[in-house]
Amino acid sequence: MSTEPAATAPLSVEGLTTSILVGTTWYDAVRDISFHVRPKETLALVGESGCGKSLTALSVMGLLPPAAVRVTSGRIVVDGVDMTAADEPTREAMRGDRIGMIFQEPMTSLNPVLPIGFQVGEALMRHRGFTRRQARERARELLELVRVPAAAERLDAYPHQFSGGMRQRVMIALALACGPRVLIADEPTTALDVTIQAQVLALMADLQEKEGLALLLITHNLGVVASVADRVMVMYGGDVVESGPVHAFFARPTHPYSEALLAAMPRIEGDLPLQPIPGQVPSLTEMPVGCRFQTRCPIRDERCAVLPPMTTVAGDPDHRVRCWARVEA
Amino acid sequence: MSTSAAEFRPSVLKRALRSGGLLFGIALVVVMIVAAIAAPWLAPHDPNAQDVLLVLTPPDAAHLFGTDAFGRDVLSRVLWGARISLYVGFVSTLAGVIIGTAIGVVAGYYGGIVDRLVVAATDVLLSFPQLIMGLLLVAVLGASLGNLIIAIAVTAIPAFVRLARGSTLTMRERDFVDACRTLGFSDLRIMFLHVLPNILDEIVVMASLWLASAIRTEATLAFIGLSVPPPTATWGGIVREGFDNLLDAPWMSIFPSLAILAVMIGLNLVGDGLRDATDPKGAP
Amino acid sequence: MLRFVIKRLLTAIPTLWAVLTTVFILVRVVPGDPTIAILGDQASEAARAELRDKLGLAKPILAQYVDFMSQIVQGDLGRSLSTNRPITDDVLAVLPYTIELTLASLLVGTVIGVPLGVLAAEKRDGFADWFARLFSLAGVSFPAFVSGILLLIAFAVELRWFPVISTSKPGDPWGRFVALVLPSLNLGLLMVAYVTRVTRSGMLKALGEDYVRTARAKGLPHRIVVWRHAFRNVLVPVVTVVGLYLGVLIGNAVLTEIVFNRPGIGKLIVTALNQRDYSLLQGLMVVSAFAIVVANILTDLTYGLVDPRVKTS
Repeated sequence: MSTEPAATAPLSVEGLTTSILVGTTWYDAVRDISFHVRPKETLALVGESGCGKSLTALSVMGLLPPAAVRVTSGRIVVDGVDMTAADEPTREAMRGDRIGMIFQEPMTSLNPVLPIGFQVGEALMRHRGFTRRQARERARELLELVRVPAAAERLDAYPHQFSGGMRQRVMIALALACGPRVLIADEPTTALDVTIQAQVLALMADLQEKEGLALLLITHNLGVVASVADRVMVMYGGDVVESGPVHAFFARPTHPYSEALLAAMPRIEGDLPLQPIPGQVPSLTEMPVGCRFQTRCPIRDERCAVLPPMTTVAGDPDHRVRCWARVEA
Repeated sequence: MSTSAAEFRPSVLKRALRSGGLLFGIALVVVMIVAAIAAPWLAPHDPNAQDVLLVLTPPDAAHLFGTDAFGRDVLSRVLWGARISLYVGFVSTLAGVIIGTAIGVVAGYYGGIVDRLVVAATDVLLSFPQLIMGLLLVAVLGASLGNLIIAIAVTAIPAFVRLARGSTLTMRERDFVDACRTLGFSDLRIMFLHVLPNILDEIVVMASLWLASAIRTEATLAFIGLSVPPPTATWGGIVREGFDNLLDAPWMSIFPSLAILAVMIGLNLVGDGLRDATDPKGAP
Repeated sequence: MLRFVIKRLLTAIPTLWAVLTTVFILVRVVPGDPTIAILGDQASEAARAELRDKLGLAKPILAQYVDFMSQIVQGDLGRSLSTNRPITDDVLAVLPYTIELTLASLLVGTVIGVPLGVLAAEKRDGFADWFARLFSLAGVSFPAFVSGILLLIAFAVELRWFPVISTSKPGDPWGRFVALVLPSLNLGLLMVAYVTRVTRSGMLKALGEDYVRTARAKGLPHRIVVWRHAFRNVLVPVVTVVGLYLGVLIGNAVLTEIVFNRPGIGKLIVTALNQRDYSLLQGLMVVSAFAIVVANILTDLTYGLVDPRVKTS
């Protein structure tokens, strides 16, 4: 793994808090989270829906819906540019150029009325001053890079003529057009068939290696995490509850929520029955004070009314957990 | 009676009343209806009384809306004209709604060849502009109160056939219709006691918008000269007479125009308000 | 694309047939004797028989139908009862005026309606949204003759910016343009209501779509996100409403021509009514119905242009 310090990593987030307006009150949907992603590294952001993963991604991209959601504190630095301090034109210039994003729904994320080639090359015209013809030529190369068959003939095709897996490849090509340093992939394979999932993941890993990308992968699928991630960050109710290198995490899942996620994960060996996590993530307005997992936690006690700090696991400074019951002496 | 529309009426009403537009619309319409009904008592003059000494006088204290080319009081004519306009509008819309809904429910309920014929016929009729259709009908039938009502009702029928048929089709898929069949209810009973009440909301909303359209069509036909023959006052007819004297007496066309506008705006506000209130998706 | 066009043209034939048949039936299956309606009940039996013969009413109904259809196929709308001139010639003489008015109104309606709808969607409850609602209400409330007369009173009688009676001589393009301004504003402003409504609701939906987020994730400026990515997807409903509105527009054009004293199909309809010229009226109905069918074809063909899913599926 790279030894580059966190401050100069392509993506570094310090104390990010993002709030949502419900009625007339702002609620913290992402609370004080910090992480960084180095070149060629994959950080997986894990948790059920409603845990603040996508909100984290949109905060980094600066794509939050303006009136109802906002970053209330923290710093987001992308390739040396402080996105939180920057004005909108600066953020706009960063998006699609030095940071790209792939979304969950390949079926709806491409514009149905614009040709594929144009959509892939559009960012190059915006950020690199390419002419339409140059962008088209580069779009063909990009489609070949993501292994869309007969790329040259499909530049003028429209999204409805592509399968889901092919569309997600197009989305990847689109996000990589300007050669970004950071790529955020929000559930990139969730909507795809299992065999297609594997192909798309392999493609992403391959491209990441070639382009030296820092990849922030958002998923609820621990199988995907095990196969492609370098580090894991588990989120619950907007808090990071556990983070660490992928092997350490799977060897010793420590937070009760991590344990529950792993127990709920289907395995090929399958000797243990699946154990769904009881209950559901409370809505933002009903979050308990202190540790937010306490409403569903099997080992909660009176200490949980205060949010626990992140502490190390088994003396490993990279593996950390946020739970009073797991604090080591 | 299972998922009756009546069950969600209270919330519909509450939402409807919250929108000021609907209240304003209702107020406008009520004022116009009262004016029409009370015209014999409200009108300061006989609407058909001519006075050669008072030809084309501008509005003054004696004649608030001025007088026309025969010296008749425009205010009185506008009040009496409201009776014709509203009467034709209400009766023709009611007829169109009843006939159209009945055909639509039957077609949608039974389906098959009847349904296909009905759909084909409505498609063709709807391809004529409403105004052109009404114009043609009145022209061939002859201009009279009854024919006017028939012509405007006929233009309304296809639209309500289409609406009622579509709603009935979706209703037919619901469980309670099956349940009714299992209970051995007759088709007629299912259609009119169980299906109809459930689609009534949509029909009422559309009827209120269509009422505006019917009154507009009547006024328009009267303006072209295809309405109740003179000297009977109709709004469109007064505007027409005013139009012939536009340079000398603009008030003659302005006041009946404003009356038409008031009813149009009122009915459209009511229709939009009801639609927003009954639409589960909320305002567009 | 060519196959799409041909297919669409072929499907128009049964519609056209049905619409023409409806006109035929409507004019004939009327209670009462049309000769009395035309000549009045004082007319002599001989005069009525002559008229019946002239109208072709003496023949069996099926033969009348065959005559009617075969004439129309040849572009022959028959002869006017009052002037005995070929109706086709009369129609062709004024048709350019009606087409010119309709196209100018479409232009006014879309050029104002589309940006207003987009602005209203971008800033809900803002100034543009308030304005859009006002237009919506006015557009569905104003009968075309009322708005026409009010425009005439305001701009011609009071402000005197335009002549009340606009006569344009041939070879005077400026005069013809001036004569077109108020009538096309009248029809166009009424149309703004429909265009704005559909643009606004379409844009509200489109701006929330995933592909708009993708466009923003590319770093595209707001203007391009709105117009190139969101609005392109709203073109289909906008074209639909414009197409549907053509029917209303043709009806309203009749009134506008009367109010502004323009030559056109509308004026011809009024002439036919005043002269009780039923064959002219029937011919004009055929022309109106034909115009609607053509408008529908054009609408569908435009779909093919604005939505790639139509022509490739």
